[in-house]
Amino acid sequence: MTTTNATLVVEHLRTQFATRAGVAKAVDDVSFTVGRGEIMGLVGESGSGKSITGYSIMGLVDPPGRVVDGRILLTSRDGVTRDLRALTPAQMRDVRGNRIAMIFQDPMMTLNPVLRIDTQMIEAITAHERIGRAAARERARDALARVGIPSPDERLRAYPHQFSGGMRQRVAIAIALLNKPDLIIADEPTTALDVTIQGQILYEMQTLCRESGTALIWITHDLSVVAGLADTLRVMYAGRIVEAGDVRQLLEHPAHPYTHGLIASAPSRNPRGTPLRQIPGMTPSLLNLPAGCAFRERCPHAAEDCRTAPALTQMADGRRLRCFHPMPLHEESAA
Amino acid sequence: MNAVDHVAAIPAQAASTTPLLELRAVSKRFVKPIDAAARIANLFGARAHAEVVHAVDRVDLSIRAGEVVGLVGESGCGKSTLGRMAVGLHTLTEGERLWHGVDLDRLQPDQRRAKQLAIQMIFQDPYASLNPRLRVLDIIGEAPVVHGMVPRAGQRAYVEELLSRVGMDPTVLRRFPHQFSGGQRARIGIARALAVKPEFLVCDESVAALDVSIQAQVLNLFMRLREELNLTYLFISHDLGVVKHISDRVMIMYLGRVVESAPTGDVFSAPNHPYTQALLAEAPKLEAGKKTYVAIRGEIPSPLDPPSGCHFHPRCPHAMPRCRTEQPILREIAPGRLSACHLNDMG
Repeated sequence: MTTTNATLVVEHLRTQFATRAGVAKAVDDVSFTVGRGEIMGLVGESGSGKSITGYSIMGLVDPPGRVVDGRILLTSRDGVTRDLRALTPAQMRDVRGNRIAMIFQDPMMTLNPVLRIDTQMIEAITAHERIGRAAARERARDALARVGIPSPDERLRAYPHQFSGGMRQRVAIAIALLNKPDLIIADEPTTALDVTIQGQILYEMQTLCRESGTALIWITHDLSVVAGLADTLRVMYAGRIVEAGDVRQLLEHPAHPYTHGLIASAPSRNPRGTPLRQIPGMTPSLLNLPAGCAFRERCPHAAEDCRTAPALTQMADGRRLRCFHPMPLHEESAA
Repeated sequence: MNAVDHVAAIPAQAASTTPLLELRAVSKRFVKPIDAAARIANLFGARAHAEVVHAVDRVDLSIRAGEVVGLVGESGCGKSTLGRMAVGLHTLTEGERLWHGVDLDRLQPDQRRAKQLAIQMIFQDPYASLNPRLRVLDIIGEAPVVHGMVPRAGQRAYVEELLSRVGMDPTVLRRFPHQFSGGQRARIGIARALAVKPEFLVCDESVAALDVSIQAQVLNLFMRLREELNLTYLFISHDLGVVKHISDRVMIMYLGRVVESAPTGDVFSAPNHPYTQALLAEAPKLEAGKKTYVAIRGEIPSPLDPPSGCHFHPRCPHAMPRCRTEQPILREIAPGRLSACHLNDMG
């Protein structure tokens, strides 16, 4: 994906939380680009800053959190580029739900339990567009049908509690799609769902993005979910992107010891019944990060020079990497 | 049971052919009786009736000492209910629960309590299953003292030993659960279960709430403890990768019934039941390259009103007229392999 037709360009994004115990740098100098129709997987463990990155783009970071630096450039289909950080709250409200939509892990965060589905969907359309109620209802019905909800006419009149978990998540996806957004940010939307339902939703998201040219950021802790879905991957650790590149490249030849550790610890990458290769230790607290590379205390390759923070550098094969001592590639092909 | 013969008793068990734990045709029904309003409505001709959920429907389960059995299924299939029945947290609506060949529910309460200690459970949510107002010392050390396994004076040393066994710093005795990360809490939950010297552990989604790198550490701990203490596990999970890694035998449940049961290798290399095949096909794999997802049809039906015949027939790609009317019986299709599907009769 080239930057010329990029839907989203994030440059040097920093989001911090001022707490009594100090400043937590939840997102620290994060930069990436998502092209039109591109599906980007944003992978990391809890506390890595992946969700806060999504909230920062949406302008949903609440105090004590604050986006302190960086640019978030969104280019719509009509060619207009907006810097989301420079918008007024009113302008941002117009962008949110219209040009960018978000899907949360828990669909009940999106749905109002006391309103019928049609009320909520029609409101989402009329908030951004001058359109008749009947036409809005028609569009809501089509959106439900598109995400595979059977008998959408009847289901429009139902309340959220009348749907199963998987169906609710489909409704949340349908609402996200209503205004044909340029970008959808999906924060672990299938984590709470069963395998067969997750399969259905991954399948539908893949088709919808391909058809409509909507860019998608899929935030997850589970590499295997994005392995078959995404075009590109960004791996985050302690608020920073540590490795970024093409999915195949990263999964087959991870260069950062953390990416390598994540992949190697998956049960499917280990002979059955043998001890799993594990990353020692645990994720450090954002308030108490080791100086230099945040991963160095868990890293098998750590050396003296890791005490200074490595920069995210472009490698010869196109990926970006934040490491002084990457995994040798020949070892990867053997593993 | 005391500390010494906990380990010493193992060879004798393994030699005998009696399974460690056996559930015979157990069922669990949850009934929501009709309320007063519905009863009055019935007087006027409404047809309200009690709602019955068949959470577990005549399931047989037999686990030999030292074995790890994986129990797989989607939400609402009854796997957690079955696990709780094995531990004794749910009473059985029907069927028998045998421990070393003895029917536990026919024993005197005090005898049952003594045997029951050998069966422990490790819960899913490391945040909800530890009392937030107790210190680690009491969380882990309370039960062994109450049951007279350890004198109160020895409690501290005993808990320290357990903490090191599960890979934690023994100096954290005075801390409260909120001072620990998810992975550490999972370890505390494991230490608490081990404190009463169990032979058999039911692990209900015990690694599901953990981060990927921590999940690997805890799975390794489970495997190490199995060897050190000669434990037997019933490992309940929706994650096929985890189950494949740790289990010797896998049982797959769908809407309260077991649809397939076989040695792990067989299930993953040649799944027999169409539902097992669908589950394996849908499981996300750590392989790059765009996968085109082939969606399996429909949703899991409500256990309040399960489909007739084979519960899976509305979603099954091979469904025949017979599947709508006749419930397939779980029967042996090869040595050690059981499956409940009419397709196996077609030859």
